[in-house]
Amino acid sequence: MAFATDTPHMTPAVEFQSVSRHFGAVRAVDGVNLTVAEGEFFAMLGPSGSGKTTCLRLISGFEKPTAGVIRIFGQDSGNTPPNRRNVNTVFQDYALFPHMNVRDNVAYGLMVKGIDRRTRHAKAEEILAVVKLDDYGDRKPGQLSGGQRQRVALARALVNEPQVLLLDEPLGALDLKLREAMQDELKSLQQRLGITFIFVTHDQGEALSMADRVAVFADGKIAQIGTPSEVYTRPRTRFVADFVGSSNVVAPAMAKALGGPEAWASLRPESIRLLPWSKSEIRGSVTAMRYLGSGTRVAVTLPVGEISVLVPAGLPLPNIGDSVGLMLAPNALHPLDGA
Amino acid sequence: MHSDARPPLTLTLAAIGALLFLHLPILLIFLYAFTTEERTYQFPPPGLTTEWFAVAWNRADIWPPLYLSLRVAAVSTALALILGTLCAAAMAKARFFGRDQISLLIILPIALPGIITGMSLRSAYAIMDIPFSTFTIILGHATFCIVIVFNNAVARFRRLSGSIVEASMDLGANGFQTFRHVLLPNLGSALLAGGMLAFALSFDEVIVTTFTAGQQSTLPIWMLNELVRPRQRPVTNVVAIVVFVTTFIPILLAYYLTRGGSETAGGGK
Amino acid sequence: MMTTNRAILPERGLGDRLSALFWRKPNLLLVLLLAPPVLWLGVVYLGSLVALLIQSFYSIDEFSGVIVPEFTLATYAELLRPSNFDIIVRTVTMAAAVTLGAAVIGFPLAYFAARYARGKWKAVFYLGIMLPLWSSYLVKVYAWKLILAKEGIIGWAVEGLGGSAVLNSVLALPVIGGTSLSTSYIGTWLVFLYVWLPYMILPMQASLERVPVSMLEASSDLGATRWQTFRTVVFPLAMPGIIAGSIFTFSLTLGDYIIPQIIGSSRRFIGQAVYQLQGTAGNVPLAAAFAVVPIVIMVVYLTIARRKGAFDAL
Repeated sequence: MAFATDTPHMTPAVEFQSVSRHFGAVRAVDGVNLTVAEGEFFAMLGPSGSGKTTCLRLISGFEKPTAGVIRIFGQDSGNTPPNRRNVNTVFQDYALFPHMNVRDNVAYGLMVKGIDRRTRHAKAEEILAVVKLDDYGDRKPGQLSGGQRQRVALARALVNEPQVLLLDEPLGALDLKLREAMQDELKSLQQRLGITFIFVTHDQGEALSMADRVAVFADGKIAQIGTPSEVYTRPRTRFVADFVGSSNVVAPAMAKALGGPEAWASLRPESIRLLPWSKSEIRGSVTAMRYLGSGTRVAVTLPVGEISVLVPAGLPLPNIGDSVGLMLAPNALHPLDGA
Repeated sequence: MHSDARPPLTLTLAAIGALLFLHLPILLIFLYAFTTEERTYQFPPPGLTTEWFAVAWNRADIWPPLYLSLRVAAVSTALALILGTLCAAAMAKARFFGRDQISLLIILPIALPGIITGMSLRSAYAIMDIPFSTFTIILGHATFCIVIVFNNAVARFRRLSGSIVEASMDLGANGFQTFRHVLLPNLGSALLAGGMLAFALSFDEVIVTTFTAGQQSTLPIWMLNELVRPRQRPVTNVVAIVVFVTTFIPILLAYYLTRGGSETAGGGK
Repeated sequence: MMTTNRAILPERGLGDRLSALFWRKPNLLLVLLLAPPVLWLGVVYLGSLVALLIQSFYSIDEFSGVIVPEFTLATYAELLRPSNFDIIVRTVTMAAAVTLGAAVIGFPLAYFAARYARGKWKAVFYLGIMLPLWSSYLVKVYAWKLILAKEGIIGWAVEGLGGSAVLNSVLALPVIGGTSLSTSYIGTWLVFLYVWLPYMILPMQASLERVPVSMLEASSDLGATRWQTFRTVVFPLAMPGIIAGSIFTFSLTLGDYIIPQIIGSSRRFIGQAVYQLQGTAGNVPLAAAFAVVPIVIMVVYLTIARRKGAFDAL
């Protein structure tokens, strides 16, 4: 676990020790080790089928590990059913109870613990205020918008004061604008409450912007764990480089042509500069351009292959067909292992 | 399959004709309950009267079969509700070895003709020397009612978002709390619909019953006897109306309870 | 650390303990759920079917009328006696005729409901087919006794229209005729048709609902006439539904004994034979052997239907 930020003085909120979950021949989760520190905002990032959701369900108790141990605040959870884990989930489809109004939905966890109606309704209203749904207690889930349902699901989980909050692609069903607003809100909520958040997503932007640390999943294994900037700037494998952001994955021949050692490497488009043809040894021709708003992505074809360069807005742009020179920022080429 | 094209006239007429063919005969039952002619089925009735309702009310031989039918239907429905719901809960989500065999076993009692169910039970009673009783009737009725409840319940289970059960557990409810607070309220109307259909089916059943009743008489058996050897024909019509309404209302309610789903469609008797 | 203790909540009561047990052993829950219904159906229903089979291999002592519980094929051999074999042929012929009639009469209704009915009318058609299916069987049969009686509404209408001669010539036909509609095969067939028609319409409608309009439009685009479209596109696509419906109409007709008893001639059907043999005649083995006949026919029928893909339309 070279990349994990160890927290030696505290019991980790969640700890996986060589955890596997196999469904027949399918290895959904395969030998995963990870620690999530208390109070951390932890993201599990990966394409669908990479095992991240299964990991979440292993923590909540809806799946049982085929092998390995999962500790929640130091306690082996192997014999604890979901209802006795002080861990709550915000489900991808929210899973609100359709026959209850918002207040009863939120108070549900308190009700099954035997807390009387007045107390639990008061607490429900309190938490509804936190998610800015003060006047919605009497509505049924069917009468709410997607964003509002998402907040109810969040309130329903938070009212139980969980030790760990699990979020399964909670923003996936929202439109772009709402998603960005909710990202900020979730982040500030997590900081205010200090609860450990474990967040599953396939959207690397979401993971990078919200999480304290990110685990990138591929084929049931963790490809890399680290802070967003570590994962973004120093991807360890081709998969991570490719999946997180829009790095150039550079083949050994290309790496050599770019002035590095002859090995697989990653190269961020924004760490390359375009120069006039005569001012660089590394030369190519512009074959395509895509305007992105904050900049323009320029595809440059070299004798050994194609590479993508980000030209920030405001800088002069070449024309398609132009011959250009390239300059790399110092240490821009990151070696990748497991090519 | 929908289109905005207008249907050809012959098709419209044939469709309406078939629909009338399905519905008009029942209306005659109502008409004949008011006829003044008690010995033949003369059409049009020579005169109309309401006296037969009073006569039927005072006929002592109608009440015991009615009570027996109600008792059998109630107990069979209760048994079918329990067994059908249990089965649906197990079959709705889980995949296991023997699943197809079990679903075949559930539909077999209605897939095979009633006479086979009846004759089989009759053979079993004969081999094991079980005397006929209310219990022997219920045994048969509950068996073919299970599939009705099962069909309704399993369709609802599948329509429910699977994660609401997980959400309930996640929020700290154990299995029993989840059943009471989440599953039951969401299954309720489907079970009610299934129960009502099962009740209607049992209340009206005659083929299996004739093999399992011995000398006992349910209301349909009483009616069958009147059909074969009529006494006061209009009284039979009055009873037919009672049977019709007792089955019709639950069916209509079941339809409204499960509208939007596919529970009743092709539920088949 | 204080928080450590709160990560896992304590067990409260029996409910929690049982839930935990089911969580650890999900198959135990499955077995407990399935046990009552499977035991019931296995013991009561399958047990009875086995009892039926056993009985059919017994015979009856001709003099004492007592059942001889020894294995014999003699009872099945009796089925082949001309008088008994006629019953089987008669019943199968009737089942085929009813199935054919139901398909012909039901198709326009199913087609109309699937293709043209919408919104409120969709519900009207749905209920219009569902309600007769579920409403009282005996009441439906009784209604036809009223209709087909000599002095009943058909006789009255025919007389009013001056068609008595036509009706009489129809009734004079050999085999299917009789003294009146209510004592002829025509009458029996009509009542069977009426009672089982909804069972044919529903699966037909279901399979027609799945025919995309674009496919019909493609066909007429390619220059097919309405009749060609129907024959080459609609009908083949509706076939699984028709077969599924025919399973019901065929099976239900094979096993019915009430309708031919109330409406029809004195010649018996399988159902009547079973009923009389087990009742008044007291020959349970022969009754059981007769009851096995529809099972065998339906197994053959279902095997053929399965090959044609009819089960997808159920």
